[in-house]
Amino acid sequence: MAIEYNQLYTLLQGIFKDEEIELIDTAGDMNHYEVTIVSEKFNGLSLIQQHKMVYNAIGTQMGRELHALKINTKVK
Amino acid sequence: MDQIFNQITDYLESNRIVLFMKGTKDMPMCGFSGKVVHILHLLGVDFLAIDILEHPDMREGIKQFANWPTIPQLYINKQFIGGCDIVTQLYNEGELQKLLDE
Repeated sequence: MAIEYNQLYTLLQGIFKDEEIELIDTAGDMNHYEVTIVSEKFNGLSLIQQHKMVYNAIGTQMGRELHALKINTKVK
Repeated sequence: MDQIFNQITDYLESNRIVLFMKGTKDMPMCGFSGKVVHILHLLGVDFLAIDILEHPDMREGIKQFANWPTIPQLYINKQFIGGCDIVTQLYNEGELQKLLDE
């Protein structure tokens, strides 16, 4: 179970712009990432809805190829 | 899957706070699950913990139930609150305490 940094970043780009995404491979093992996304798309959404939008970008790989993702979301 | 959903609903209806997690309260098997257990202990509340590693069908079932792809999942008053990051943020902002006080 692992997903390459570029692959994960490309998935996030499907929904968010480059300047909104900050992605870190926290353990250097391609399996534990932390992403911070600051986007106006989150405006008016609950935290659950914000995180769901991030999960939707990643799709079915979340919880399978990708084991751990810490998510921080902020409304721009 | 209906049977699993019924079981999940049973848990939520008979317990005010339910945590679906990897491992047990005393021995969490994942850092994210462990962190939520820690926060609930800090708040001094009792809760039902369901170890999804012991129940493989529950592991898939709870993801579909909440339409949420990861474990842990915290429920208060039958409502899905979130995973580790949301629970941590709500705790830091004092909002989790408010949800528990309701």
